[in-house]
Amino acid sequence: MENQSVSTDEIVREENLVYKKTSLMTSKALSYCPGCGHGVVHRIIAEVIDEMGIQADTIGVAPVGCSVLAYEFLDIDMQQAAHGRAPAVATGIKRCWPDKFVFTYQGDGDLAAIGTAETIHACNRGENITIIFINNGIYGMTGGQMAPTTLPGMRSSTTPYGRDIALMGNPLKITEVVATLPGTYFVARHSVHTPLNARKTKKAMRMAFENQKLKKGLSFIEIVSNCNSGWKMTPTQANKWMEDNMFPYYPMGDIKVNGEMVKKKEEPKA
Amino acid sequence: MGQVKLMKGNEAFAEAVIRAGCDAYFGYPITPQSEVLEYLAAQEPHKRTGMVLLQAESEVAAINMVYGAAGTGKRALTSSSSPGISLKQEGISYMVGAELPCLILNVMRGGPGLGTIGPSQADYFQATKGGGHGDYKVIVLAPSSVQEMADFAGLGFELAFKYRNPVLILSDGAIGQMMEKVELSEQQPRTTSFDQSWVTTGKSPDRERNIITSLNLDPSKMELHNRKLQAKFAGMQENEVRYERIDCDDAEYLIVAYGSCARICQKTVKLARQKGIKVGLLRPITLFPYPTKIIQEMTGKIKGILTVELSAGQMVEDVRLAADGKVKVAFYGRMGGTTPAPNEVLGVLEQQFLNS
Repeated sequence: MENQSVSTDEIVREENLVYKKTSLMTSKALSYCPGCGHGVVHRIIAEVIDEMGIQADTIGVAPVGCSVLAYEFLDIDMQQAAHGRAPAVATGIKRCWPDKFVFTYQGDGDLAAIGTAETIHACNRGENITIIFINNGIYGMTGGQMAPTTLPGMRSSTTPYGRDIALMGNPLKITEVVATLPGTYFVARHSVHTPLNARKTKKAMRMAFENQKLKKGLSFIEIVSNCNSGWKMTPTQANKWMEDNMFPYYPMGDIKVNGEMVKKKEEPKA
Repeated sequence: MGQVKLMKGNEAFAEAVIRAGCDAYFGYPITPQSEVLEYLAAQEPHKRTGMVLLQAESEVAAINMVYGAAGTGKRALTSSSSPGISLKQEGISYMVGAELPCLILNVMRGGPGLGTIGPSQADYFQATKGGGHGDYKVIVLAPSSVQEMADFAGLGFELAFKYRNPVLILSDGAIGQMMEKVELSEQQPRTTSFDQSWVTTGKSPDRERNIITSLNLDPSKMELHNRKLQAKFAGMQENEVRYERIDCDDAEYLIVAYGSCARICQKTVKLARQKGIKVGLLRPITLFPYPTKIIQEMTGKIKGILTVELSAGQMVEDVRLAADGKVKVAFYGRMGGTTPAPNEVLGVLEQQFLNS
């Protein structure tokens, strides 16, 4: 056949290239389920570090959970932390190396249940780090158990009849909580389920890393994500379910910018 | 000769860590070791040497801050007392697994639970047999004087970095709180170069990225990692055993005691010798690795061993393993923050070995 002599380089011409592997992602295949948001967020982090030229000055902290192996995919120095302790580990790094860029990457169980104390106090001390918080309302890696962010009535393997808030409490909006602390400088909530949302997340991510140079406090980005495997849905169904159910409870947008709370738009009067 | 001062054990340790060129301290207040954090705060070590000092929100956070700092090659430490050390066990297990060096001070108090603030040695099992989850060991140094509280700061960091493993100084409320003359070493410079083969200070173009982790999902690789760790612990047993022998040359009876208990038993040896009873004292300085060989050697020459501890009997198990049934090993202990008097120990020794 004629095209057998055509090399990949000739097919993938630079002028035709609209999407390529980010240089700071390793060649290791992602361990995440198809449709999961982790890979997109990893890519955004890698792009920001690459574009800022700070690979040699960046240390990441991976949590316990699905993203425990984040260090296999990001081509940067990383430390794996005990469950919930990433903000304390990041504090130890940043205090010793105040001019380095330090970030944590944590899920909802890690950040808002077992690690609540570390999260609150790192935010309250205003550690000059970036916390990236993936909220999919479920414990993914352990098999879909109830998380602190599981919605009322939402089914999980430990709430098979739905989360009963009378018994199990309400979902924790920890992002709104940390925004009230004087130590946080930038707090925002985004998603990565559409190209537009991914671009917004990247813009916020860039700001969160740039903020570390200012030494004015902690930057905190929540990314509401799906967990189609844990939610027992197809990726498309999961994204739709997330828009319909997660977003009303966890609304998108900036919560605190440059140390100031963002004023909510007033509801139009009836 | 270095500077000589009259200091509390906890303060001498705190001063010594600054002088040892320590980079970072993370801790949480608990009696009877709070003077460590208080002394450091008063000294403003960030002004003296650039050392980081941070009061953490919990002992759990403190040990994980140490983990983060240690992962970048820094000389980091934490200190606490028994209940707080229990909280740190998860972090210590992770640090051994991830092969991170650090220094931990436990100024033991009586337990179990909230217990009491008086001196105790009831954390021996926790300190020497692992403490947290998994197959692991930390080097355990047991100071019996304010001087050793100071000396073990530098030695502790040296051993921690030699093996890339946590080192635990197992002190107690008596050693931490008592005041003695102490000779302090000269100020050592803080480290400015870091071993780029493992530290996470940012991946520069001239090296591979470094990862600090204790995770390996492949069981066969995890077993290999465990074998590597075990080889390291065997190396410690081969090279790092430390002990002190007092009046052992002609001894017919041997007292084995460590830390503050060894100080009490030193007086017991004197009282016994005044009565013509030939008693010697073996004081283990490292509790892991344990001075098993020297006890084995001495077993053939003596008529009996009395192990004395501020516990219900923990180290005595290691003494009995070493003696291997070849000689009677008796035990005497006091618990819950109480300490025996020297003549009380002598009475037990006479009752166990001479009145029968």
